[in-house]
Amino acid sequence: MYGTGLAKGLMLTLRHFVDSFVDDLRYGLRKYSHATDNFGLRQGTAAKGVITVQYPDEKVAVPERFRFVPFLIVEDEDHPTRSGKDWCTSCGICAKVCPPQCIWIVRGNDPDTGRPVPEPEAFFIDIDICMNCGYCAEYCPFDAIKMDHDYELASYDRTSHHIHDKEKLSKPASYWRDIAPTRAYEEMLVRGTWEHKDAAKEARRGAASARAGSRTQQPQAEVQPAPVVTAETAAAAPAASATAEGATPWSEDDAKREERRRKALERKAKRAARSGG
Amino acid sequence: MVSPAIAPDDVVNAVSIEDSIAYLKSKHPDAVTDDEREGYSGVVVQASKLLEVARAIRDDLGFDYLSSATAVDYLGAGDHMEMVYHAYRTSGGGALVFKAQTERENPEIPSLVPVWRGADFQEREAWDLYGIKFPGHPNLRRILMWEGFHGHPMRKDWREAYYEEEQKPFDNRWPGGHVHRSEEKNVFGKNVTYPSDIDLNRLMDTSESEVYASLGLGVDVERILDKDGFETNELVVNMGPHHPSTHGVFRMVLTVDGETVTSLEPVMGYLHRNHEKIGERNTYLHNIPFTDRLDYISSMGNNHGYVLAVEQLMSLGRKYNPPTYRCEAIRVMMVELSRIVNHLWAIGFWLNDIGAFFTPVLYFIQERERILDFFEAVAGSRMMCNYMRFGGLFGDLPERIKSVSNLTNDRIRDYNTMQFLTEMVNERIPRTIDELEQLLTQNEILLERSIGVGVLSADDAINYSAAGPLLRGSGVAYDVRRADPYSIYPELDFDIAVEQDGDMYARYRVRVTELRESVRILKQILPRLEATEGESIWADGKPGAYAPRVPFGEAYGRVENGKGELGYYVVSAGGRGGSSNPWRYHVRAPSFINLTPMGLMSTGYKVADIVGILGSIDIVLGETDR
Amino acid sequence: MDLNLQELERTEFPVPAELENNIAITSLSQLYNWGRRNSMWPMLFGLACCAIEMIATASSRFDFSRFGFEVMRATPRQADLMIVSGTVTKKMVVPIVRLYNQMPEPKYVLAMGACASGGGPFKEGYNVVSGIDKYLPVDVYVPGCPPTPQALLFGMIALQRKIDGQSIANGDDVPWYGIGPAEPTPVPVLGPDIIDPRQMDMIRRQAEAAAEDMAMVGQRELPSATQLVAAKVVTAEATSAASAAISDDALSFVLPTGGNPWTEAEEIREKRRLRALARKAVRASRRAAEAEEE
Ligand code: SF4
Ligand code: SF4
Ligand code: SF4
Repeated sequence: MYGTGLAKGLMLTLRHFVDSFVDDLRYGLRKYSHATDNFGLRQGTAAKGVITVQYPDEKVAVPERFRFVPFLIVEDEDHPTRSGKDWCTSCGICAKVCPPQCIWIVRGNDPDTGRPVPEPEAFFIDIDICMNCGYCAEYCPFDAIKMDHDYELASYDRTSHHIHDKEKLSKPASYWRDIAPTRAYEEMLVRGTWEHKDAAKEARRGAASARAGSRTQQPQAEVQPAPVVTAETAAAAPAASATAEGATPWSEDDAKREERRRKALERKAKRAARSGG
Repeated sequence: MVSPAIAPDDVVNAVSIEDSIAYLKSKHPDAVTDDEREGYSGVVVQASKLLEVARAIRDDLGFDYLSSATAVDYLGAGDHMEMVYHAYRTSGGGALVFKAQTERENPEIPSLVPVWRGADFQEREAWDLYGIKFPGHPNLRRILMWEGFHGHPMRKDWREAYYEEEQKPFDNRWPGGHVHRSEEKNVFGKNVTYPSDIDLNRLMDTSESEVYASLGLGVDVERILDKDGFETNELVVNMGPHHPSTHGVFRMVLTVDGETVTSLEPVMGYLHRNHEKIGERNTYLHNIPFTDRLDYISSMGNNHGYVLAVEQLMSLGRKYNPPTYRCEAIRVMMVELSRIVNHLWAIGFWLNDIGAFFTPVLYFIQERERILDFFEAVAGSRMMCNYMRFGGLFGDLPERIKSVSNLTNDRIRDYNTMQFLTEMVNERIPRTIDELEQLLTQNEILLERSIGVGVLSADDAINYSAAGPLLRGSGVAYDVRRADPYSIYPELDFDIAVEQDGDMYARYRVRVTELRESVRILKQILPRLEATEGESIWADGKPGAYAPRVPFGEAYGRVENGKGELGYYVVSAGGRGGSSNPWRYHVRAPSFINLTPMGLMSTGYKVADIVGILGSIDIVLGETDR
Repeated sequence: MDLNLQELERTEFPVPAELENNIAITSLSQLYNWGRRNSMWPMLFGLACCAIEMIATASSRFDFSRFGFEVMRATPRQADLMIVSGTVTKKMVVPIVRLYNQMPEPKYVLAMGACASGGGPFKEGYNVVSGIDKYLPVDVYVPGCPPTPQALLFGMIALQRKIDGQSIANGDDVPWYGIGPAEPTPVPVLGPDIIDPRQMDMIRRQAEAAAEDMAMVGQRELPSATQLVAAKVVTAEATSAASAAISDDALSFVLPTGGNPWTEAEEIREKRRLRALARKAVRASRRAAEAEEE
């Protein structure tokens, strides 16, 4: 009969309409509470209705691999030896792999010898050109440049705000560990330490005379990777000094990190077993 | 309706490619020679005999489908211009590649439009960007740039206003990278340069009048003056470039007689972003994120075509590891997911065009958001995935789709990846497709608007090089995934969607069937993912280099993307110049070539149907104009 | 975050005595602003990839009508806000400027994405305008490629904050409360390259300089015809010569036919070769230095 197709379609719109309200009622006021995590449920595969994210009262947190504009990692303030030091060695690889060529790096030179030093003198990214591709982060051999998760960058004037210089780009290493814990952990495994490669190298050099270097050679094969110990010791010092004011972000992080590490190792063992069998 | 699967080995190739070439050489011994350059394939045809040889290729050998026709400028490497053609058989099989060469000064190559209408826009593009003339072309005008633009920008010796160096990476970025904005260095503060003989007294915008003058439209002054032919009801209507239903900055100039369209001419180039020129400055790796921005609805598919082309080239060299099985499985999964996104988007916006304003598309976008969430978690971006690499991927699937709170009021989500995928593939997406059908397939208004409108016959579809749902909706069961298989498609079980009617409704049906087939493929992929869990996505276990060595040669990688056959023609100059930049990087864009029959399909229908017909072709301007 | 939203929100400054009569205007401003910020209809107008994200922002999951960006109007006559969502090409900037001129005042422009702000990844392209602000006044820039729907929403809220900060007493803030309609932006002309009528004088001066044989800055560098290889007939020989040439190493490369070997092409290649050699030398020296360090 003419019109049945239409009617069927309209039934569907009605159902969507009802579903949205049912869902809304089901989550009710909980939606506005910060404590509950039914957000994932509402935005997941199980939700039926058409549910709006109430930006800016609630925001969809972005996943770990999310990429917006890049930032540079500097050592944390409370690092015992390298506080505030750039991770970037100004090797220039990110400037090479950047497709629209929006990275400018001035390599630092030692004023006395004139020889290049592993630290950028200046570092610019023109975010009016950057295509958020993530290559710089992907190919940086020192894990010194990472993709930021902060997308709230709108501005009224681009001439003064849209070329990010070193000061604006720099964020502490702990920020990266916060926004992307799993990836930071994976990188640590590859690098062999929570710290910058060079810091580890120096530590190794120092320790080489004291103990046999074989353990640090293949940290991944070990159940207890030796460099983690150095990281913990490095982290423990400031944590200990700050305990008086209550839980420091560091100590919290350590617990979390430890947990993650354990899980990742389990996963890895599982994978190894599977690929072996 | 679904045709039985054409398994690759069922394809009957009457004559193999080698035999075809031998036949051509025996028939035209003085005009056809093998292309003996290192890494090249096919034959070089003498330009004066091109038309005859092309007819033989089509009629005697059965290569009825001209997939791609493009120009290459060999400045400094023989100093000639070259047109490269890739012809296929619609029954399946590989390409017959043939080339015609001409000098760089006053280049001229006979037009192949009399043989394949599909060469029409592609030859116009070659004229526009390379300045090659095509005697015999019915309407040889600029297509992407405007009439009156100075020079032919794709020629190797033509430089942009912001020209810095021949090839990236630019030397002034590091180690002495003092930042500047290009416009600060240009005296005009803009991305412009002017020829020194610019005549400022005679400056006017001729681009518009040129559009009308050479369109061959109904505004025929002679005829209007002539009393007998005097018609008052003929009008020229401009649709676009700012029009809500042209899917972007696309323009159609049509003449209407009353309500009936008498002729239609697509006008494009409003989003011509010089993809290929930039692509030739880029390194191979640089181009991957740029391909994202071609068909920005389905960036995964774009990535796939490009990495296939470059992998083809790399496989000519010694040090090359093909992607692992897990890598291939993930690739296919991502591509099929983006096909679903693409078709949902296409159907939704097509409905917008024929009057179902925004309700259906909102439902589809809702589903799309879920898939985009997945892309975002895996590849890092919702739309511009930049996920595939030569011989691998950006990264394996993460264990969990997890977000971390960072800004105030951030709400987190945390799902198990495989569980998320399973639920999507087994429940949500099939449910959406069911809903889509319930909403639309029997809807009387839709049926009346779309059946018998915008008809394209099978022969025309092939001759005009139509691709994708447009081709299959006209009854040609041609799908690159089966006809010229790549990746792991040969071992997957799926059917080619095909409909016989060639109208808007047939294309809609093809898309719905393809949605279901994509789900079917995804269901086969999931167990494969589970079985390969833990396997590396890189053959040698570590990520590829950022400047891979690509040996001499040419490659044409093509995939079946949501919109049709997407091909990349890449020429590598090998070690010449010590670079890892492609010499030529061309995109065979389905959205662009599918517009060739637009005029044919629209003539005789009502003006209100035009946007519907355009919507049923499914174009995206990033790919049309590149 | 660069944006100090608080600062812009503040409209009630302490009022000096001589300005006391303006208090009425302040409250009126607030009323005007409230009205304008909450009925901001964007133009349904997409340029490129960013437009897709704009549609996603308009659709149910992010839904910008919650902020009064109620409906998108396809006609500029009914729109208050132009979201320039994507790459602006030279060919397209002509209609964009026309559309902007057709919008009734008050009107705002939001540049969405890297392309609309400053050219984006395609900036170097010959047909790309490096930022819509080269032609139109832009109120808010939203970086990103593409900005996610939430980033766009943030930009739109920033625009509302900007409107909140405007005062009808200040003609610089809100030119549309001045006398008479504003001057339309001159529409660019598509000549040999795009020509901004506002730059006519500058172009004329350059052309005059060129006529007097002085170098014209910003002139298109096309090699003159005589520099190129003399016309060649493409024969089977030439083809095979070319075939041989391309597989040859650049160093032992000879032109297939006679002609002047020092063509532009040759020069380009030579430069490239020298650069490559220089790079190599640098690499070698760096390696040596590293070896020394070790
Ligand atoms: S690749 Fe990494 S270390 Fe090298 S210059 Fe870039 S940010 Fe610095
Ligand atoms: S994200 Fe991509 S475009 Fe942006 S700075 Fe990094 S490499 Fe360059
Ligand atoms: S900013 Fe990026 S996403 Fe937006 S239009 Fe430009 S290239 Fe596309």
